[in-house]
Amino acid sequence: MPAAQVRSMVTGRHAMANEIKILSATGVLGSGFREETLQRAMALGPAFIGADSGSTDPGPYYLGSGDNLFSDSACKRDLRLMLLAGRAAKIPVIVGSACTGGADAQLERLADIAREIAREEKLSFKLATIASEQDKGYLKKKLREGKITPLANAPVFDEAVIDRSAHIVGMCGIEPYVEALQNGAEVILAGRSSDTSIFAALPVMQGFNPATVWHMAKILECGAACVVLRKYPDCMFATVTNDHFIVEPPNPEYRCDPVSVASHNLYENSTPYELVEPSGVLNTVNARYEAVSDRAVRVSGSTFKPASRYTIKLEGVELAGYQSIIIGAVRDPIILRQLEPWLDGLVKASKDRIRAVFGADVESQYRLDVRVFGKNAAMGPLEPETGIGHEVGLLFQMTAPSQALATSLMKSVGHMAVHYPVPEWSGLITSIAFPYSPPEIARGPSYRFNVNHVVAPASPLEMFRIGYEKV
Amino acid sequence: MAKLWQVAKLIRSKNAGPFELTFDIIFKDRATYEKARDAKIINALWFAKIYRLSPEKVMVIEYDAASAIKVTIPRPVISGDVDDTDVFGGQQYGPLVDLEVPEG
Repeated sequence: MPAAQVRSMVTGRHAMANEIKILSATGVLGSGFREETLQRAMALGPAFIGADSGSTDPGPYYLGSGDNLFSDSACKRDLRLMLLAGRAAKIPVIVGSACTGGADAQLERLADIAREIAREEKLSFKLATIASEQDKGYLKKKLREGKITPLANAPVFDEAVIDRSAHIVGMCGIEPYVEALQNGAEVILAGRSSDTSIFAALPVMQGFNPATVWHMAKILECGAACVVLRKYPDCMFATVTNDHFIVEPPNPEYRCDPVSVASHNLYENSTPYELVEPSGVLNTVNARYEAVSDRAVRVSGSTFKPASRYTIKLEGVELAGYQSIIIGAVRDPIILRQLEPWLDGLVKASKDRIRAVFGADVESQYRLDVRVFGKNAAMGPLEPETGIGHEVGLLFQMTAPSQALATSLMKSVGHMAVHYPVPEWSGLITSIAFPYSPPEIARGPSYRFNVNHVVAPASPLEMFRIGYEKV
Repeated sequence: MAKLWQVAKLIRSKNAGPFELTFDIIFKDRATYEKARDAKIINALWFAKIYRLSPEKVMVIEYDAASAIKVTIPRPVISGDVDDTDVFGGQQYGPLVDLEVPEG
């Protein structure tokens, strides 16, 4: 199909076409893609350019602090190329889960980057922003009404948790995107969003089979992750018809095969057979993955079951405390032979010293942990191996209600630790190699994920605020 | 007998969200996968012992489309919490690598 005809579908002025082409710029905005790959993909006539910008994968810090996993410069580089390509072809650019966490301040940060690019490149477009952060009063009301229910392995969620939370976001479905597209948005930036909704909104809006579309969206949301060997992040491309889609990497160095595409359903997903979305569940049990060339794969056969109850997943974080850490190494074989009792003694002596300096009241305010690299730092208490090598790394970790207190307490630990004795040596020893001066490092705030629940809103748009502006 | 790493093209662990941990074992070829699958070498009881949780919390999924076996468990500690050792959950598959499996 000629590109012009595909583009006309976006405006909805013509009858529904029999296929739609979709470009995923990269797996996560800021991780990059090759400019020449984007150009090659644009020549194929995509109906829009999408990219995800967030995840809970790097941990709770980003939603808690408002910081971004990637630098603003890296996001700006990717978004600039996407906006230039999108405006030149007059197709929408859609980015979801702004700046890692998708909270309101992170959405605003991404919108600022887009406005800056528009000024620099003299671009003009209708921008829609979809805000996903949730009002605490609204959530308490929903909780009282019994409209908030737990997902797998969920922690307790009550009004006290809501009050303690730094930020709680709702993961939007396709509906706010569809609303924005129907209102003529040319660029859509969303706060927290289901990754797949970024790619599913426009095709579902145009009437394509939701089963085909959601499966395509799952494959495309990670960019080039579904290729046989992903050497660097890059774009991915799919052509969707009503009963199948074909995924083919626009980068000629990459190829997909049926196993690489099927394997992608495993990634970061508790089951490859189900993908739960606000409006229903994609089921891939009967999906077929067939090679159409040595680098393109045809996918068909999935089903989509609309949900009996529309739900929005919540993500929230609360402050766990401020941390100070010390990194050190132990090499003395005499100490290593008695590492555990030596560390136990060291921790006890440090706590005694802290009590002597700060008083007994401080005891309930902090926790001191020691991680032993070379023993069980990766798996903790689950580590089945018991041996250690010729040296170990130590990570002392102090957690307290303020950075000042965490740092002060850690100074006592550092001095106690570096000279803690063993019975075999007489005289003062220096028992830990510190790579840094000062040894203690302020790690700042530490956050904790505290919600794994869904809300049943009165409507799919109720929890999201869409703003429009002419940029 | 071969070791699991010798017959797998990928053994990995990863968060499935902050509250679940998932393991993927993707086999090099269909025949070996089918043998491992049918021999039930990766089963809930064995997995529960290694990762110290009750077997009913272990979900083992056979995924023929990718010649893969997937195991999902509740995360021992919520991702990034003060006690967590592995924010991405990416280095929790170590004990699986040298598991003995029937050869294809």
